[in-house]
Amino acid sequence: MGMAASDSQFHVLAVDDSLIDRKLIERLLKTSSYIVTTVDSGSKALEFLGWHEDDRRNTDETSVSPQNHQEVEVNLVITDYCMPEMTGYDLLKKIKESSSLRNIPVVIMSSENVPSRINRCLEEGAEEFFLKPVRLSDVNKLKPHLMKGKKQEIHESTPPQSPPSQLPTPQSSPPQSQLQQPPQPQEQQQQPSQSSNNKRKGMDEGLSSPDRTRPRYNGLTMVSN
Amino acid sequence: MELNRLQRSFLEYTAALFREGFLDSQFSQLYQLQDESNPEFVVEVVSLFFDDSERLINDLSRALDQTNVDFKKIDAHVHQLKGSSSSIGAQRVKNSCVSFRNFCEVQNIEGCLSCLQQVQQEYLLIKNKLEALFQLEKQIVAAGGAINTVEWML
Repeated sequence: MGMAASDSQFHVLAVDDSLIDRKLIERLLKTSSYIVTTVDSGSKALEFLGWHEDDRRNTDETSVSPQNHQEVEVNLVITDYCMPEMTGYDLLKKIKESSSLRNIPVVIMSSENVPSRINRCLEEGAEEFFLKPVRLSDVNKLKPHLMKGKKQEIHESTPPQSPPSQLPTPQSSPPQSQLQQPPQPQEQQQQPSQSSNNKRKGMDEGLSSPDRTRPRYNGLTMVSN
Repeated sequence: MELNRLQRSFLEYTAALFREGFLDSQFSQLYQLQDESNPEFVVEVVSLFFDDSERLINDLSRALDQTNVDFKKIDAHVHQLKGSSSSIGAQRVKNSCVSFRNFCEVQNIEGCLSCLQQVQQEYLLIKNKLEALFQLEKQIVAAGGAINTVEWML
Protein backbone atom coordinates (compact mmCIF):
# COMPACT_ATOMS: atom_id res chain seq x y z
CA MET A 1 0.00 0.00 0.00
CA GLY A 2 1.36 3.37 -1.05
CA MET A 3 4.42 4.58 0.80
CA ALA A 4 5.71 2.10 3.31
CA ALA A 5 7.00 4.99 5.39
CA SER A 6 3.54 6.05 6.42
CA ASP A 7 2.92 2.70 8.05
CA SER A 8 6.02 2.55 10.19
CA GLN A 9 6.24 4.19 13.55
CA PHE A 10 7.64 7.63 14.06
CA HIS A 11 10.48 8.27 16.45
CA VAL A 12 10.44 11.52 18.37
CA LEU A 13 13.34 12.92 20.35
CA ALA A 14 12.14 15.08 23.26
CA VAL A 15 14.51 17.49 24.96
CA ASP A 16 13.74 19.14 28.31
CA ASP A 17 15.76 19.82 31.43
CA SER A 18 12.70 19.37 33.66
CA LEU A 19 12.07 15.80 34.75
CA ILE A 20 8.35 16.40 35.18
CA ASP A 21 8.04 17.86 31.71
CA ARG A 22 10.03 15.02 30.21
CA LYS A 23 7.68 12.57 31.81
CA LEU A 24 4.69 14.48 30.53
CA ILE A 25 5.89 14.87 26.98
CA GLU A 26 6.89 11.25 26.88
CA ARG A 27 3.43 10.16 27.92
CA LEU A 28 1.78 12.58 25.50
CA LEU A 29 3.85 11.24 22.62
CA LYS A 30 3.46 7.59 23.56
CA THR A 31 -0.29 8.04 23.83
CA SER A 32 -0.12 9.16 20.22
CA SER A 33 1.76 5.97 19.34
CA TYR A 34 5.13 7.50 18.73
CA ILE A 35 8.39 5.95 19.80
CA VAL A 36 9.99 8.36 22.23
CA THR A 37 13.49 9.10 23.44
CA THR A 38 13.94 11.79 26.07
CA VAL A 39 17.13 13.64 26.94
CA ASP A 40 17.74 16.42 29.41
CA SER A 41 19.95 18.74 27.40
CA GLY A 42 20.70 20.08 23.94
CA SER A 43 24.17 18.59 23.94
CA LYS A 44 22.80 15.14 24.70
CA ALA A 45 20.28 15.61 21.94
CA LEU A 46 23.02 16.40 19.45
CA GLU A 47 24.99 13.42 20.65
CA PHE A 48 22.00 11.18 20.13
CA LEU A 49 21.46 12.59 16.69
CA GLY A 50 25.06 11.90 15.74
CA TRP A 51 25.91 15.53 15.18
CA HIS A 52 29.50 16.52 14.51
CA GLU A 53 31.19 19.89 14.79
CA ASP A 54 32.24 20.01 11.14
CA ASP A 55 28.90 18.99 9.84
CA ARG A 56 27.76 22.29 8.42
CA ARG A 57 25.46 22.89 5.50
CA ASN A 58 27.74 25.58 4.15
CA THR A 59 30.80 23.43 3.92
CA ASP A 60 31.52 21.19 1.00
CA GLU A 61 28.70 18.73 0.94
CA THR A 62 30.50 16.39 -1.34
CA SER A 63 32.99 15.68 1.41
CA VAL A 64 34.35 12.19 1.47
CA SER A 65 33.57 10.72 4.84
CA PRO A 66 29.98 10.75 6.08
CA GLN A 67 31.02 10.76 9.71
CA ASN A 68 27.69 12.20 10.57
CA HIS A 69 26.11 8.80 10.35
CA GLN A 70 22.90 8.91 12.26
CA GLU A 71 22.76 5.84 14.42
CA VAL A 72 19.07 6.00 15.06
CA GLU A 73 16.49 7.54 12.83
CA VAL A 74 14.72 10.48 14.42
CA ASN A 75 11.67 11.85 12.68
CA LEU A 76 11.07 14.90 14.84
CA VAL A 77 12.75 16.82 17.62
CA ILE A 78 10.61 18.56 20.21
CA THR A 79 12.55 20.75 22.58
CA ASP A 80 12.06 23.11 25.47
CA TYR A 81 13.27 26.62 24.84
CA CYS A 82 14.65 27.59 28.25
CA MET A 83 17.44 25.23 29.11
CA PRO A 84 20.76 25.92 30.80
CA GLU A 85 23.89 25.90 28.61
CA MET A 86 22.17 25.28 25.30
CA THR A 87 18.73 26.74 24.69
CA GLY A 88 16.16 25.15 22.42
CA TYR A 89 16.90 27.88 19.94
CA ASP A 90 20.61 27.03 19.93
CA LEU A 91 19.72 23.40 19.37
CA LEU A 92 17.37 24.30 16.56
CA LYS A 93 20.08 26.33 14.89
CA LYS A 94 22.63 23.57 15.09
CA ILE A 95 20.20 21.11 13.61
CA LYS A 96 19.25 23.40 10.74
CA GLU A 97 22.88 24.21 10.01
CA SER A 98 23.80 20.55 9.83
CA SER A 99 23.74 18.98 6.41
CA SER A 100 22.74 15.62 7.81
CA LEU A 101 20.17 16.82 10.33
CA ARG A 102 18.54 19.86 8.78
CA ASN A 103 15.59 17.96 7.37
CA ILE A 104 14.47 16.80 10.75
CA PRO A 105 11.44 18.85 11.77
CA VAL A 106 11.91 20.71 15.04
CA VAL A 107 9.21 21.94 17.40
CA ILE A 108 9.86 24.35 20.26
CA MET A 109 8.02 24.41 23.60
CA SER A 110 8.06 27.29 26.02
CA SER A 111 6.25 28.33 29.16
CA GLU A 112 6.57 31.95 28.09
CA ASN A 113 4.55 33.63 25.41
CA VAL A 114 7.09 36.01 23.91
CA PRO A 115 6.27 36.97 20.30
CA SER A 116 9.84 37.91 19.39
CA ARG A 117 11.04 34.56 20.69
CA ILE A 118 8.39 32.71 18.75
CA ASN A 119 9.19 34.56 15.53
CA ARG A 120 12.88 33.96 15.94
CA CYS A 121 12.31 30.24 16.24
CA LEU A 122 9.93 30.05 13.32
CA GLU A 123 12.33 32.05 11.18
CA GLU A 124 15.14 29.71 12.08
CA GLY A 125 13.04 26.85 10.78
CA ALA A 126 10.98 25.53 13.68
CA GLU A 127 7.76 23.93 12.46
CA GLU A 128 5.66 24.84 15.45
CA PHE A 129 5.90 26.62 18.74
CA PHE A 130 3.90 25.17 21.60
CA LEU A 131 3.07 26.98 24.79
CA LYS A 132 3.49 24.90 27.91
CA PRO A 133 1.89 22.97 29.39
CA VAL A 134 1.72 20.99 26.17
CA ARG A 135 -1.49 19.08 25.61
CA LEU A 136 -2.76 16.26 23.46
CA SER A 137 -4.32 18.77 21.10
CA ASP A 138 -0.84 20.17 20.47
CA VAL A 139 0.70 16.76 19.93
CA ASN A 140 -2.00 16.03 17.37
CA LYS A 141 -0.53 18.80 15.26
CA LEU A 142 2.73 16.95 14.84
CA LYS A 143 1.53 14.36 12.36
CA PRO A 144 1.80 16.44 9.18
CA HIS A 145 5.32 17.52 10.07
CA LEU A 146 6.34 13.95 10.70
CA MET A 147 4.81 12.86 7.41
CA LYS A 148 6.67 15.60 5.60
CA GLY A 149 9.95 14.57 7.14
CA LYS A 150 9.50 10.94 6.18
CA LYS A 151 8.43 11.75 2.66
CA GLN A 152 11.41 14.00 2.14
CA GLU A 153 13.69 11.23 3.25
CA ILE A 154 12.18 8.74 0.85
CA HIS A 155 12.32 11.32 -1.87
CA GLU A 156 16.01 11.87 -1.34
CA SER A 157 16.92 8.24 -1.30
CA THR A 158 14.73 6.92 -4.12
CA PRO A 159 14.08 8.11 -7.65
CA PRO A 160 11.14 10.48 -7.87
CA GLN A 161 7.79 8.78 -8.17
CA SER A 162 4.30 10.14 -8.28
CA PRO A 163 2.95 10.36 -4.75
CA PRO A 164 0.02 8.08 -3.97
CA SER A 165 -3.33 9.74 -3.68
CA GLN A 166 -3.69 8.76 -0.05
CA LEU A 167 -1.11 11.10 1.39
CA PRO A 168 -1.76 14.81 1.52
CA THR A 169 0.40 16.89 -0.78
CA PRO A 170 3.25 18.15 1.30
CA GLN A 171 3.04 21.84 1.84
CA SER A 172 5.55 23.96 0.09
CA SER A 173 5.34 26.55 2.74
CA PRO A 174 6.31 30.12 2.33
CA PRO A 175 7.30 31.45 5.74
CA GLN A 176 3.93 33.11 6.17
CA SER A 177 1.95 29.92 6.23
CA GLN A 178 3.83 28.65 9.21
CA LEU A 179 1.98 31.14 11.31
CA GLN A 180 -1.33 29.68 10.40
CA GLN A 181 -2.85 26.33 11.04
CA PRO A 182 -1.62 23.93 8.34
CA PRO A 183 -4.44 21.89 6.81
CA GLN A 184 -4.59 18.50 8.47
CA PRO A 185 -6.62 16.11 6.40
CA GLN A 186 -5.05 13.08 8.01
CA GLU A 187 -5.84 13.93 11.57
CA GLN A 188 -9.11 12.02 11.59
CA GLN A 189 -7.50 8.62 11.44
CA GLN A 190 -5.38 8.47 14.46
CA GLN A 191 -6.82 10.95 16.85
CA PRO A 192 -6.80 9.90 20.45
CA SER A 193 -9.94 10.71 22.36
CA GLN A 194 -10.13 14.34 23.23
CA SER A 195 -12.35 15.85 25.78
CA SER A 196 -14.08 19.07 25.10
CA ASN A 197 -12.26 20.94 27.79
CA ASN A 198 -11.17 23.67 25.42
CA LYS A 199 -13.60 25.96 27.14
CA ARG A 200 -11.62 25.74 30.32
CA LYS A 201 -8.46 27.11 28.76
CA GLY A 202 -9.99 30.50 28.11
CA MET A 203 -11.18 30.82 31.67
CA ASP A 204 -8.20 29.51 33.47
CA GLU A 205 -5.39 31.02 31.61
CA GLY A 206 -6.90 34.19 30.34
CA LEU A 207 -5.90 33.39 26.78
CA SER A 208 -8.65 34.50 24.51
CA SER A 209 -7.58 32.34 21.60
CA PRO A 210 -8.40 28.64 21.76
CA ASP A 211 -5.32 28.00 19.68
CA ARG A 212 -2.60 27.79 22.21
CA THR A 213 0.16 27.09 19.75
CA ARG A 214 1.06 30.71 19.37
CA PRO A 215 -0.61 34.04 19.07
CA ARG A 216 -2.59 34.37 15.88
CA TYR A 217 -1.08 36.75 13.41
CA ASN A 218 -3.20 35.72 10.42
CA GLY A 219 -0.04 35.75 8.40
CA LEU A 220 -0.12 39.46 7.66
CA THR A 221 1.44 41.39 10.45
CA MET A 222 4.30 40.47 12.70
CA VAL A 223 4.48 41.89 16.13
CA SER A 224 7.86 43.49 16.47
CA ASN A 225 9.39 43.81 19.91
CA MET B 1 -23.77 2.13 48.69
CA GLU B 2 -20.24 2.75 49.77
CA LEU B 3 -18.83 3.04 46.28
CA ASN B 4 -21.38 5.63 45.21
CA ARG B 5 -20.70 7.67 48.29
CA LEU B 6 -16.98 7.57 47.67
CA GLN B 7 -17.34 8.53 44.05
CA ARG B 8 -19.63 11.37 44.96
CA SER B 9 -17.10 12.60 47.51
CA PHE B 10 -14.42 12.40 44.88
CA LEU B 11 -16.39 14.55 42.48
CA GLU B 12 -17.35 17.07 45.12
CA TYR B 13 -13.84 17.31 46.39
CA THR B 14 -12.29 17.85 43.00
CA ALA B 15 -15.04 20.27 41.98
CA ALA B 16 -14.16 22.38 45.01
CA LEU B 17 -10.47 22.28 44.19
CA PHE B 18 -11.17 23.52 40.67
CA ARG B 19 -13.66 26.09 41.86
CA GLU B 20 -11.37 27.50 44.50
CA GLY B 21 -8.52 27.78 42.02
CA PHE B 22 -6.22 25.25 43.60
CA LEU B 23 -6.21 23.27 40.40
CA ASP B 24 -6.68 24.24 36.78
CA SER B 25 -7.57 22.24 33.69
CA GLN B 26 -4.04 20.96 33.27
CA PHE B 27 -4.73 18.66 36.20
CA SER B 28 -7.55 17.00 34.32
CA GLN B 29 -5.25 16.65 31.32
CA LEU B 30 -3.03 14.42 33.44
CA TYR B 31 -5.86 11.94 33.85
CA GLN B 32 -6.25 11.74 30.11
CA LEU B 33 -2.75 10.35 29.99
CA GLN B 34 -3.49 7.68 32.55
CA ASP B 35 -4.75 4.31 31.42
CA GLU B 36 -4.43 0.59 32.10
CA SER B 37 -0.87 0.58 30.83
CA ASN B 38 0.02 3.55 33.06
CA PRO B 39 -2.43 3.31 35.95
CA GLU B 40 -0.28 5.31 38.36
CA PHE B 41 0.71 8.10 36.04
CA VAL B 42 -0.94 10.95 37.91
CA VAL B 43 0.38 9.88 41.29
CA GLU B 44 3.86 9.50 39.83
CA VAL B 45 3.95 12.92 38.23
CA VAL B 46 2.50 14.59 41.30
CA SER B 47 5.08 12.86 43.49
CA LEU B 48 7.81 14.23 41.27
CA PHE B 49 6.25 17.62 41.74
CA PHE B 50 6.30 17.25 45.52
CA ASP B 51 9.97 16.25 45.54
CA ASP B 52 10.91 18.98 43.12
CA SER B 53 9.01 21.67 45.02
CA GLU B 54 10.45 20.77 48.37
CA ARG B 55 13.94 20.89 46.97
CA LEU B 56 13.34 24.22 45.27
CA ILE B 57 11.72 25.80 48.32
CA ASN B 58 14.71 24.76 50.41
CA ASP B 59 17.09 26.17 47.83
CA LEU B 60 15.12 29.39 47.78
CA SER B 61 15.22 29.76 51.57
CA ARG B 62 18.93 29.29 51.55
CA ALA B 63 19.47 31.66 48.65
CA LEU B 64 17.45 34.41 50.29
CA ASP B 65 19.41 33.92 53.50
CA GLN B 66 22.71 34.87 51.94
CA THR B 67 24.46 38.15 52.66
CA ASN B 68 24.71 38.83 48.96
CA VAL B 69 21.49 37.63 47.46
CA ASP B 70 21.84 36.20 43.97
CA PHE B 71 18.57 37.26 42.38
CA LYS B 72 19.39 35.57 39.12
CA LYS B 73 19.71 32.23 40.80
CA ILE B 74 16.53 32.82 42.78
CA ASP B 75 14.68 33.73 39.62
CA ALA B 76 15.93 30.55 37.98
CA HIS B 77 14.61 28.46 40.86
CA VAL B 78 11.26 30.21 40.85
CA HIS B 79 11.04 29.79 37.10
CA GLN B 80 11.53 26.07 37.56
CA LEU B 81 8.88 25.89 40.26
CA LYS B 82 6.50 27.90 38.15
CA GLY B 83 7.06 25.46 35.31
CA SER B 84 6.48 22.32 37.28
CA SER B 85 3.43 23.65 39.10
CA SER B 86 2.00 24.74 35.78
CA SER B 87 2.68 21.30 34.33
CA ILE B 88 0.55 19.55 36.92
CA GLY B 89 -2.13 22.20 37.19
CA ALA B 90 -1.25 23.54 40.64
CA GLN B 91 -2.63 26.94 39.81
CA ARG B 92 -2.19 28.77 43.09
CA VAL B 93 1.42 27.70 43.42
CA LYS B 94 2.03 28.82 39.87
CA ASN B 95 0.44 32.21 40.48
CA SER B 96 2.46 32.82 43.61
CA CYS B 97 5.57 32.12 41.54
CA VAL B 98 4.56 34.81 39.09
CA SER B 99 4.47 37.42 41.87
CA PHE B 100 7.73 36.07 43.19
CA ARG B 101 9.47 36.60 39.88
CA ASN B 102 8.26 40.20 39.75
CA PHE B 103 9.96 40.91 43.06
CA CYS B 104 13.11 39.21 41.84
CA GLU B 105 13.18 41.42 38.83
CA VAL B 106 13.22 44.56 40.93
CA GLN B 107 15.50 42.92 43.46
CA ASN B 108 13.16 43.49 46.35
CA ILE B 109 14.27 41.23 49.21
CA GLU B 110 11.29 41.82 51.46
CA GLY B 111 8.94 41.14 48.62
CA CYS B 112 10.80 37.96 47.80
CA LEU B 113 10.71 36.74 51.37
CA SER B 114 7.01 37.36 51.59
CA CYS B 115 6.49 35.54 48.30
CA LEU B 116 8.53 32.61 49.47
CA GLN B 117 6.25 32.33 52.46
CA GLN B 118 3.23 32.42 50.21
CA VAL B 119 4.67 29.84 47.86
CA GLN B 120 5.37 27.59 50.80
CA GLN B 121 1.84 27.95 52.12
CA GLU B 122 0.25 27.28 48.77
CA TYR B 123 2.49 24.30 48.27
CA LEU B 124 1.57 22.77 51.62
CA LEU B 125 -2.09 23.35 50.97
CA ILE B 126 -2.10 21.65 47.58
CA LYS B 127 0.05 18.85 48.88
CA ASN B 128 -2.44 18.06 51.63
CA LYS B 129 -5.36 18.27 49.29
CA LEU B 130 -3.85 16.07 46.64
CA GLU B 131 -2.78 13.50 49.18
CA ALA B 132 -6.33 13.41 50.48
CA LEU B 133 -7.58 13.06 46.92
CA PHE B 134 -5.28 10.15 46.20
CA GLN B 135 -6.42 8.47 49.41
CA LEU B 136 -9.97 8.78 48.22
CA GLU B 137 -9.00 7.29 44.89
CA LYS B 138 -7.39 4.33 46.62
CA GLN B 139 -10.58 3.71 48.51
CA ILE B 140 -12.63 3.87 45.36
CA VAL B 141 -10.40 1.38 43.62
CA ALA B 142 -10.38 -0.86 46.68
CA ALA B 143 -14.18 -0.82 46.69
CA GLY B 144 -14.05 -2.10 43.12
CA GLY B 145 -14.74 1.18 41.39
CA ALA B 146 -12.93 3.34 38.88
CA ILE B 147 -12.04 6.99 38.97
CA ASN B 148 -14.46 9.02 36.97
CA THR B 149 -13.10 12.25 35.56
CA VAL B 150 -15.61 12.75 32.79
CA GLU B 151 -17.57 15.26 34.79
CA TRP B 152 -14.46 17.43 35.13
CA MET B 153 -14.78 18.22 31.47
CA LEU B 154 -17.99 20.11 31.99
